[in-house]
Amino acid sequence: MCMRTIEQTTQEILELATKQFKVPAGSLAAGDDFYGKLGIDSLQALEMLSRLENHFHIELPDYEVQGVSDFKTLAERIQARL
Amino acid sequence: MLDLRKYNSVGEALRDALETWPTEVCLIESDRGEEKQRLTYRQFRQQALPIAKTLQDLGIAAGDRVAIIMTNQSKWLISAYAIFFCGATLVPLDFKLKPEEQWQLLKHSGAKILITEFGIWRQLSASPGRAAAANLQAIYATEAPENADMAGAHHWEEAQPVNAPIFVPQQRRDIACIVYSSGTGGTPKGCMMTHENYLEQCMALTSLYPFWPGVRYLSILPTNHAIDFMVGFFGPFTCGAAVVHLRTLRPEYVREAFAKYQITYVSLVPLVLKNLQRGLQARFDKLPAPKRKALEAVRSINRSLTKDRPRPWLSRRLLGQVHSAFGGKLEAIIVGGAFTEPQTLQFFYDLGISVANGYGLTEAGTAVTVNDLKPFRADTVGKPLPGMEVAIRNPDADGIGEVTVRSKTVMAGYLNEPALTAETIVDGWLRTGDMGRFDPSGHLQLFGRKKNMIVTEEGKNVYAEDVEQVFENLLVKEFCVFAANFIWPQRSMMNEKLLLVVHLEPGQAFTEELKTEIGARNSWLINYKRVHGIVLYHEDFPLTASLKIKRGELAQRLAALDREKSILPL
Repeated sequence: MCMRTIEQTTQEILELATKQFKVPAGSLAAGDDFYGKLGIDSLQALEMLSRLENHFHIELPDYEVQGVSDFKTLAERIQARL
Repeated sequence: MLDLRKYNSVGEALRDALETWPTEVCLIESDRGEEKQRLTYRQFRQQALPIAKTLQDLGIAAGDRVAIIMTNQSKWLISAYAIFFCGATLVPLDFKLKPEEQWQLLKHSGAKILITEFGIWRQLSASPGRAAAANLQAIYATEAPENADMAGAHHWEEAQPVNAPIFVPQQRRDIACIVYSSGTGGTPKGCMMTHENYLEQCMALTSLYPFWPGVRYLSILPTNHAIDFMVGFFGPFTCGAAVVHLRTLRPEYVREAFAKYQITYVSLVPLVLKNLQRGLQARFDKLPAPKRKALEAVRSINRSLTKDRPRPWLSRRLLGQVHSAFGGKLEAIIVGGAFTEPQTLQFFYDLGISVANGYGLTEAGTAVTVNDLKPFRADTVGKPLPGMEVAIRNPDADGIGEVTVRSKTVMAGYLNEPALTAETIVDGWLRTGDMGRFDPSGHLQLFGRKKNMIVTEEGKNVYAEDVEQVFENLLVKEFCVFAANFIWPQRSMMNEKLLLVVHLEPGQAFTEELKTEIGARNSWLINYKRVHGIVLYHEDFPLTASLKIKRGELAQRLAALDREKSILPL
C-alpha cells in the first residue's frame, strides 16, 4: 500500500530534480514543464527518470512517460506505481 | 548474405534467411541489464508462424494492412515477419506518438489488425480516438497479465493455431510497408514502400557496411523508423546477424550494452551521439592532467594515422580503454535521422570510432548518401549509395539547389495523396526539399531546406502546419507557424526552430496573458514539436480565394524583418 501522498511524491520529485540539475532550491513547481524549465533534452529526462526509479523503488516503462513533460503528471504516473 | 537480386519480396528473403542460419542467434532482448530472451533463427520462425496463421484465420490476405505499435523488442520483428509471410502490408507506427495521434494514423492507414504491447494498449484503449478507427477488426496485445482487462484485445501469446500458415508471395512492386514520415497534425504522409525499395536499399547499404553471422547490431532507434527497420531488422536478418534489443533506453543501460554484447554496429540519431560524447568528455575531463595530456597525444597520433581510412585494429591498440567501453568490436556507428554537427563526428573519429554519417529520407527508402570513410569527412554527408542517382535541381551561382533522387528505392507514393505524390515525385525524380551541392570529390553537402519544416536532433520531422492545431481559436486576428530557416534561409541544417507568427486584432496589445496562453498551449505539444518564439506581424496575411494562408508569400514578406530583433523568445 502506498504510504506517500501525491503531494509528498511531487515534492520528492522536485527535490531530486533540483539536486540533479543543480537549480536553486525552491525554483521548481509542480506545474513546471521540465524540458523548458531545466533546459534538458529527452535523454536527460530519461536520466532523471532512472534516478526517480531508484529513489521510489519502482520501474516505469519508457512509453508510460512518453509525452509527459510536467512534474505533476510525472508524479501521478509514479504514484500509480507505488 | 543472401543474394537479394533473386528475391521478389521482403517476406521471401526473410523466409530464406530463417532457413539458412537456423542455429545462429538472431535476437537478444535485455531489460534493465538483465537478458530476458535469446532466439535463434529457427526459434524465431517457430514463434512467428503461429502469428501468421492467426492472421490468416482472421482473413488477412495479400495487400491487407496490419499495424504494429510496439517498443523495440523481439515480438515486433516476429510480428512483422508474420505479416510479410501472409503477403500483407505492414504499417509500423511510432509508439512515442500520443494515443489520439496513433488512432488518427490507424484510421488513415486502413489497418485491419493492430499488434501492440499491453501497456501501450491500455493507454490507446482509454483514448476517445478509438471510435474513429472502425477499420480495425482485431487487436493483439503482447505481455498482458493473465487476468488483465484486455479492453477487447486478444493475448498475442495465446495465438496457437493448429495448422501451419501458407506463405503468400508478393511481387517487387507490391507495397511492403506504409511508413508515416510525418503529418499527424495535418496531412498524414504515409509513404508506400515497395518490396523492391527494401531489397535494393539493403543491397546498397550492405555493400558499404556488411553484416555477417556473428555481427551484433544494437537496436536503439525505434524499429518503426526507416533506418532501424533496415539496419536493425532486414539487413542483419538477410546476413545471418543478430539484433540486440533493450526494453528501456535509459542511457546507463545503453552504455552498458555496448560492452556486454560486444556490439558491432549501432545506429544513432545526433541527440544520442551527442549524449555519448558528453559522457566521454566528462570522463576525460576528470582524468589527472598528465593522463589527459597523454590521451590528447594518442588521439592526435590516431587522427594522423587514420587520415586516409579507418584502421580499427590500430585504434583499438592506441585507445584501448575507450574501445573497451564500447565492447572492443564496434565497426561503426551509423548516424542518421537528422544533421549531425561535424565536430561531434570528428570527436568520435579521432578516438578511432568510425562514424558513418549519411543523408536520407523515408521517401527515398532511407539512405541516399553515406560516408564511405575513404577518407572520413565530417563536413559532408557522403557520396550517393550504389544505385542512387542524385542531382541538384536549379543550382544557384554557388552550385546549391534542391537535392533530387532517382532510384529503385524511392517510394511508390503517399497513401491516398495523389496530388502530394505528383508534387513530390516529378518525372521519376524525388524532390527532397533539401538544399545541397556536390563538392569536387563527389560528396554531398547540405545547406538547409526549401520546406517549411524542421528535423530535430532526435530525427523527428516536424512540419510547421502540423503543430498549428493547438493554437486554434487563439484570441488574435490570425496566426501561422513557420520554420525560422524557411523564412530566413541560413544555408545550414543547424539550430532549426519553429516560430509562431501572430497578427493581432486592430488595437490589441500583446499582453503577458496572451504570451502565457501561447506558452500553455505550446506545452500541450510533445517537447520536440514546440515553437520556440513568437513573431509579431502587423499586416494582414496574404490569403487564397478559399481563405487559406499563402504561406510562401507570407514567408517572403516576413523575410524583410530582422531575424534577431523579431523573435520574442517563449
